[in-house]
Amino acid sequence: MIQFRDLRKAFDDNVVLQGFTLDVADGETMVIIGFSGSGKSVALKHVVGLLHPDAGDVIVDGRAVSTLDRAGLTALRHEIGYVFQFAALFDSMTVAENVGLGLVRRGLGDEEIAERVAEALALVDLTGTDAKLPAELSGGMRKRVGIARAIALKPRYILYDEPTTGLDPVTSAVIDRLMVRTREHLGVTGIVVTHDLRSAYTVGDRIAMLYEGRIRQAGTVAEIQRTTDPVVRQFIEGRPE
Amino acid sequence: MIDRIGRRAVAAVQAIGRFGHFLADVARAVGDFSTWRGPVLVQMRRIGVDSLPVALFIAAFTGIVLALQASYTFTGTVPLYVVGAVVGKTIMLELGPVLTGLALAGRVGASVAAELGTMKVTEQVDALETLAYDPHAYLVVPRVLAGTVMVPLVVALGIVTGIVTGWLTSLALLDLSTAEFLKGLKLLYRFKDIWFGLAKSASFGLTITLVGCRLGLGTRGGAEGVGLSTTRAVVYSAMLILVLDAFWAVVLL
Repeated sequence: MIQFRDLRKAFDDNVVLQGFTLDVADGETMVIIGFSGSGKSVALKHVVGLLHPDAGDVIVDGRAVSTLDRAGLTALRHEIGYVFQFAALFDSMTVAENVGLGLVRRGLGDEEIAERVAEALALVDLTGTDAKLPAELSGGMRKRVGIARAIALKPRYILYDEPTTGLDPVTSAVIDRLMVRTREHLGVTGIVVTHDLRSAYTVGDRIAMLYEGRIRQAGTVAEIQRTTDPVVRQFIEGRPE
Repeated sequence: MIDRIGRRAVAAVQAIGRFGHFLADVARAVGDFSTWRGPVLVQMRRIGVDSLPVALFIAAFTGIVLALQASYTFTGTVPLYVVGAVVGKTIMLELGPVLTGLALAGRVGASVAAELGTMKVTEQVDALETLAYDPHAYLVVPRVLAGTVMVPLVVALGIVTGIVTGWLTSLALLDLSTAEFLKGLKLLYRFKDIWFGLAKSASFGLTITLVGCRLGLGTRGGAEGVGLSTTRAVVYSAMLILVLDAFWAVVLL
C-alpha cells in the first residue's frame, strides 16, 4: 500500500504540493490527473525517493520513504518499477541492455537476465528489437521499452509518469492496453500520472485530481465522470474557463 | 550593491558546500566496487586511449619548437648540447603535463560534462536511481578513476614524443649529434623530474573529471543548461590546472 501523507514540497518560491494526501490500495491502479505543472510528477518522484519532501511523507508498506537510509532505499527501489515521461532510455545501450540493467543490479545470472528481457519485450510486443539502440526507435516504441524495463523487474508497484504524452491516439491506446495487460499479468499496484482522460478512464480503478497542491477529488471512474465539482468538471470537459 | 555582494557570497558558500557533499558521495561510492568495475574500463579507453592523438600531436610540436627556441637563445653564448637539457627538463616538468592537461580539460572535461548533463536533463540519471544504482558509483567513480590513472599515462607518452621530436629537430636542423643531445638531456636530469610531472598530471586528471562530473550532474534546464555546464567545466578545469601547477611548484620543488 502506498500512502501520501500531507506531502509538502516547494522549489524556491514555487509551492507545488501543500498537503497532498492519498491512499493507493494493493492491487489497484490509481490515476492522478491534473493540469500541466500541477505537481503530479513531483508527487510520483517522492515515492522512490528521487525528491525529498519539505514536510509530510510517502509511506510504502509501512516504510516512510524520506527516513530510509541508502540500504533501505535500495530495497524499496527493488520493489518498484518506474516508467518515465520520455522513457529515459540509456542512449549508449541497446534495447536488451536497457531492459536488463536493473536485473544486473539485482545480481541475476546472464541466462536468467536474457530470459526475463525476452519475456518483457514479448509482453510489450517488441520481440526482435534487442540489438537496436534507442535512437533507432519511434516515440511509442521507446515508451514500450521503458515499460519493459519496469516490468522485467517483476515489481510490486509500477509508477507511470505521463505514459501517453506526445503519442498519437492509436499508439496511446496500445500503451493503455499494455498497462492493463501488465496489471493482469503481474498483479501489480500502479500509479499513473496523466492528463490524458481517455487513458485515465481505460486504465484506472480510481482517479484522483490534484489541484493547487492537494487532492481536489478522488473516486471511481464513474464517480469522477458524474462529478459536480466545478474544477474537476472543467478539467474533464476540457473547458478553458 | 551590498545586497548583491551578500547574495553572491551566499551562493559561493552554497556551491562550496554542494561540492563538499559531492566529494563525500564520491568517496563513499568508491566502496561500491561491483558497480564501477565494469564501466571503468570503458572510461579508461575513452579518456586515455582516445585522447592520445591530440596529446601526442601537441607534444610533438612542443618538442620541435623547444629545440629551435633553445638553439636560438643559446647560440654564441652556451654550448649547443644544452638544447637537450632544455627540451627534456621543460617537457618533463612543465609543458608536457600542463599543455596536455589544458588540452584534456577541453576534450575530456567538456565530454564528461555534456554527457552527464544530457543524462541529467533527460532523466537518465533518475532512471539509474530507480533501478537501484548509485549514480556516483556508476557514473562518477569510473570517470574519476580513469582520469586519475590515464592522464599521467597519456602525459608520459607525450613526454617521450616531445623529447623524440626535439632530438630529431636537433639532428636535422641544428647540426647536433645524438650523443650531444643525450649529453644535454642527462646533464640536468633528476629522477624527481619524472615523478613530479606524472604526479602533477594525476592531479590534473582527477580535477578535470571531478569538475566535469559535478557540473554535468548539476545541470538544470535543457540544451542551454548542458551548454552552460560544458563551458563551465572547460573554463573551471583550465583555471584549476594552472592553480594546481603553481601549488605543486611551491610544495614539491
